Amino acid sequence: MALPANAESMATRDDYANKTVEKIMTISANVRTLLSGNGPKWALVALIDLALLYVVFLLYAQGEMLFPLTLLVLGSVGTWVFTSKGGYCYRYVYPCLLGIIMFIVFPLVYTFSISFTNYGSANILSLERVKEIHLDKQVKTGDQVYRLALYQDNDQYQLQLTDKNDSENIYTSEAFTLDGQAKEVTAQPDTSAQGQRLSMRDIVKQRTALGEITVNLNGNTRLVMSSLREFAAMAPQYREEADNVLVDIHTGESIRPDMVTGFYVNVDGEQIAPGFSVYVGGENYQLLLEDKGIREPFFKIFVWTLVFSALSVTLCGIIGLLLANLMQWEPLKERGIYRVLLILPYAVPAFISILIFKGLFNQNFGEINMILEGLFGIEPEWMTNPTFARMMILIVNTWLGYPYMMIVCMGLLKAILDDLYEASAIDGANPIHNLLFITLPSLAKPMAPILIASFAFNFNNFVLIDLLTAGGPMRPGTSIEAGFTDLLVNFTFRTAFVAGQDFGLASAIATMIFLIVGFISWVNLRATRSSQEY
Amino acid sequence: MAMVQPRNLQYRVWAARIVMIALLCLIMFPFLMIISVSFRTGNFATGSLIPDNPSLEHWAMVLGIPYETADGNIIQPTFPVLTWLWNSIKVSLTTSALILMLSTTGAYAFARLRFRLKNHLLTSMMILQMFPAVLALVAFHAFFNKLGGVVPWLGLNTHSALVMSYLGGITMHIWLIKGYFESIDVALEESAYIDGATPWQAFRHILLPLSVPILAVVFVLSFIGVIGEYPIASVLLQGVDKLTLAVGVKQFLYAQNYLWGDFAAAAILTGMPITLVFLMAQRYLVNGLTAGGVKG
Repeated sequence: MALPANAESMATRDDYANKTVEKIMTISANVRTLLSGNGPKWALVALIDLALLYVVFLLYAQGEMLFPLTLLVLGSVGTWVFTSKGGYCYRYVYPCLLGIIMFIVFPLVYTFSISFTNYGSANILSLERVKEIHLDKQVKTGDQVYRLALYQDNDQYQLQLTDKNDSENIYTSEAFTLDGQAKEVTAQPDTSAQGQRLSMRDIVKQRTALGEITVNLNGNTRLVMSSLREFAAMAPQYREEADNVLVDIHTGESIRPDMVTGFYVNVDGEQIAPGFSVYVGGENYQLLLEDKGIREPFFKIFVWTLVFSALSVTLCGIIGLLLANLMQWEPLKERGIYRVLLILPYAVPAFISILIFKGLFNQNFGEINMILEGLFGIEPEWMTNPTFARMMILIVNTWLGYPYMMIVCMGLLKAILDDLYEASAIDGANPIHNLLFITLPSLAKPMAPILIASFAFNFNNFVLIDLLTAGGPMRPGTSIEAGFTDLLVNFTFRTAFVAGQDFGLASAIATMIFLIVGFISWVNLRATRSSQEY
Repeated sequence: MAMVQPRNLQYRVWAARIVMIALLCLIMFPFLMIISVSFRTGNFATGSLIPDNPSLEHWAMVLGIPYETADGNIIQPTFPVLTWLWNSIKVSLTTSALILMLSTTGAYAFARLRFRLKNHLLTSMMILQMFPAVLALVAFHAFFNKLGGVVPWLGLNTHSALVMSYLGGITMHIWLIKGYFESIDVALEESAYIDGATPWQAFRHILLPLSVPILAVVFVLSFIGVIGEYPIASVLLQGVDKLTLAVGVKQFLYAQNYLWGDFAAAAILTGMPITLVFLMAQRYLVNGLTAGGVKG
């Protein structure tokens, strides 16, 4: 399938060609001088590699595995490609592949691996991090309690702490400011505090700021505020034993990580937050297929996604084709103006026009309902009634999508020979005959891949739904939130980021969506290939 | 011009004209309405297409000028719309430039060079690009969160992280440019090789100057794509001053704080430059899109 090339660009291309031939002459003289001097290249490669190694090392030090490993592999492949002779051809492909690998393949693999875990808002940390949090927990030991007195000298404060059991034992801290920042101050055995002693009422005022202060007595005992009158010594609650088991230092009770639920549990089986993410096998996929509260909305949303994509493609395709025909019709002299105006919905950024429609379709003070009310006396509930909401989405999507189809059809129509229409006119055919027996059959083959690509695009038309209805109105009686106008992507997005933050389940849905859409585009590629082979 | 003309041609032209005008009224309705809304007083005003008592309050609001109402209250601008516009333009320009660099070199290799796995790479790229970025958000968030711990200027809430995250979406652009490269005669480059040019020189000094039209198309297409991108930006950017337009404009229309009039003015102010760029590049875009479409 070849299109007649644009005459203007052909002319400019010829100009360019002539000029370039002249250029080539001058270039060839310089070629040999340009070839030498690989020093800067090696230096650059070395510099980039060093920076990369530094980042990889730091990421690894943070306890990451997947990220630094990916960077390391990509970095070494890059070094090989740009330094070895065998990799020459790949130097051109490597940069674009790098983008695709880092920001499509890697997220895909990452998403796939998350789908086998219970990663989510309740289980967001790693086991090591949760263990650290537990080990950092401090409890009041109760054996050392000090009464507090606070002295103020302008904006400098000092704490004087008196041992509750031995009133001779008095410590005074160094001067500090109370600005609400967490800080540690040291205190020495001393009784001389500067400034004025504050009353209980003033201490109450400074309560939150004082709560951030840790007092270090002689460099061994650490005290924090335990009540309005007292500072008390703190000690860690847990100590670590083998196999990540933690033992409460004071009660002797032990807690151990439960690798199935992703929480630390005590002997009674009670879970202690925060949770950590663990491998749960196919549980998320099982949920999708077996849990009635998830499976039913998932299936219904899948069906609606298919219906929506199919209807969108059909509506846009029909309107686009008819308008394209009209735009090619020579007796219609002013069609240039029509064309620009018709392309306008495609030219305005979608996020703006969708939001405009959202306001216009507003049930209470939207202009569309005002006009409908004035003309026909009806006020459809665009936002709360599922059927009307779906109609609204199709209307808006057709408005957004027909210009693309029109543009593509216009290009393809140019390729149909005028002789065919000439011949049919002699035979007395009308425009409908022309459309059905000449235009459609000639367009069918080249249009097929475009229609399939558009189907796949609408299958994932996240922005439209999210900005217009955000999936609403919601379906009743589902165990995770699901809306009547939700597409699968919107459903996944909500599961992951809005309600529940269940990244594991969302990733499982995402993986399934990718399989579906990947299949569609594979079919599309096959269709494209076969349309080119004739 | 067709040689055979039906007798009732005039009637048909007029019928088509009437249908077109009716259709255009429907299609233009949202645009006319939004212009009207931006000049109405207050955020809940309804009324005719031409406002009864026009006011510039919404325009002052989005341009960042405090506005004094009739009863003497001074309303401060709610959102930094111009900052958002600048953020959007900055991110889109950088991304488009980088995408252009990545996709031209890639397209050159796929169109002209011979290397192993070429066709497999192309097929898998076409399938991979169907994985919607929305579903990779968890990964993006985690990746930039961790990267930010090491390289702060690539962390969450930075524009450079956003630009980087857009660099995966280049397959369609590679496809477009590759199609154009293939339409250029190889003989030109071959004559350069005879003179001793390297593939890089043939690419840089022969192919690139000949492909300026398609490069412009790809630049504009990716510019439009990025400026309208909303899911990734909404997850990666958090601070009000860092937001791009697509994320920020939505904030006018929260159910609790529905600033319809301000939104209208912001939408026109920001939609206008983008629309104009598109319309100016329209002729090239149409050719580019159809050429790409035909080739899949």
